[in-house]
Amino acid sequence: MSWRHGFRSARPARRRRRIGCLPLLAIIVAVIVLVAAIALRHRALPQPQSIAAAPPKSEVTHLRPVASFASIGNPQARSLALFAEAGRVIQHPRCMNCHPRNDRSTQTDAMRPHVPWVSRGADDAGEPTLRCSTCHHAANFEASGVPGNPKWKLAPIELAWQGKSLGEICRQMLDPARSHMDRAALLHHMSEDELVGWAWHPGGKRAPAPGTQADFGALIKAWLESGARCPA
Amino acid sequence: MSYQLVVNGRAHQIEEDGLTPLLWVLRDTLHLTGTKYGCGIAQCGACTVHVDGQPMRSCSLPLEAAAGSQIVTIEAVAGAEADALRASWVKRDVPQCGFCQSGQIMSAVALLRVKSIPTDDDIDQAMSGNICRCATYNRIRAAIHDAAGSSSSPANPA
Repeated sequence: MSWRHGFRSARPARRRRRIGCLPLLAIIVAVIVLVAAIALRHRALPQPQSIAAAPPKSEVTHLRPVASFASIGNPQARSLALFAEAGRVIQHPRCMNCHPRNDRSTQTDAMRPHVPWVSRGADDAGEPTLRCSTCHHAANFEASGVPGNPKWKLAPIELAWQGKSLGEICRQMLDPARSHMDRAALLHHMSEDELVGWAWHPGGKRAPAPGTQADFGALIKAWLESGARCPA
Repeated sequence: MSYQLVVNGRAHQIEEDGLTPLLWVLRDTLHLTGTKYGCGIAQCGACTVHVDGQPMRSCSLPLEAAAGSQIVTIEAVAGAEADALRASWVKRDVPQCGFCQSGQIMSAVALLRVKSIPTDDDIDQAMSGNICRCATYNRIRAAIHDAAGSSSSPANPA
């Protein structure tokens, strides 16, 4: 009798265990279904995107045309105004970086010291042990971002512009002892020199000098013809 | 387009875009993998090779500009300077990870060919474009002095 009683009392307990497993099973199934739903939900696949052939060009700024200065009646004031407009090019980082106050060029719009450390050397194109041409070649090279030009080198130390006012730069340019140029050579340098022209085609993400070299040359020519006045 | 390239004394006809950096022609086309890719923007010097005897960063030299020149890589650099540097490099146990070392050697060889007895300043200047992530600069300088037979600086290994 006792075993029968015991048997009877055991059956409800087993039933309770079975009932107890069902919610657990249901939770596991629900988790699996949820994970599957998340994993298999509809998503848009990434689409191929074309890579730009060249980095976006920097915004080009313009120079005032020489004709716009004709309204300035005073020749001295007109000459000063012409040079002030040309000064937007002269004092642009594309030009100033190669007219350092010492033997080391600067770079970027922030005009940071050149990296790696370099020195101008006897010919302004680098020391014999580290020439500019170690990295800079005949043209800008977009793959590495390194700018280039066949005449790549620094301006002579006598033509250091960094740290000088526009007036000081002006007087320096007009002094053949320092610029090594008479006025005809100065005009040619500004309006036609290939390395000066690089400033308008610097490549990469570098901001070009304002306007064009032709616009700049026209301003310099008009300034020279108007008496080549220098700001204070 | 096809370009004639003379590398380590052997002429090769290279069928690649002219704007391909020389570094990738050396590594991928000619399988000269001693020349390393470090930064790709001519800032680290790991890719230095000699072009007509002058050290140049091959990552910033397009194939079309290198064509027709005599190119020497770390695999074939030779001569008294290279032998002396190789010996001093071993003696000083210069490399740590070693990744930059082919570029360091190529610049050092070019330096000794220009200045056989360089000063510390000469070395700093010539090697300023070669970066070493492990900062083995003291050993590099000492090894160059050893190779040059110079006693202008106490050679303190790092």
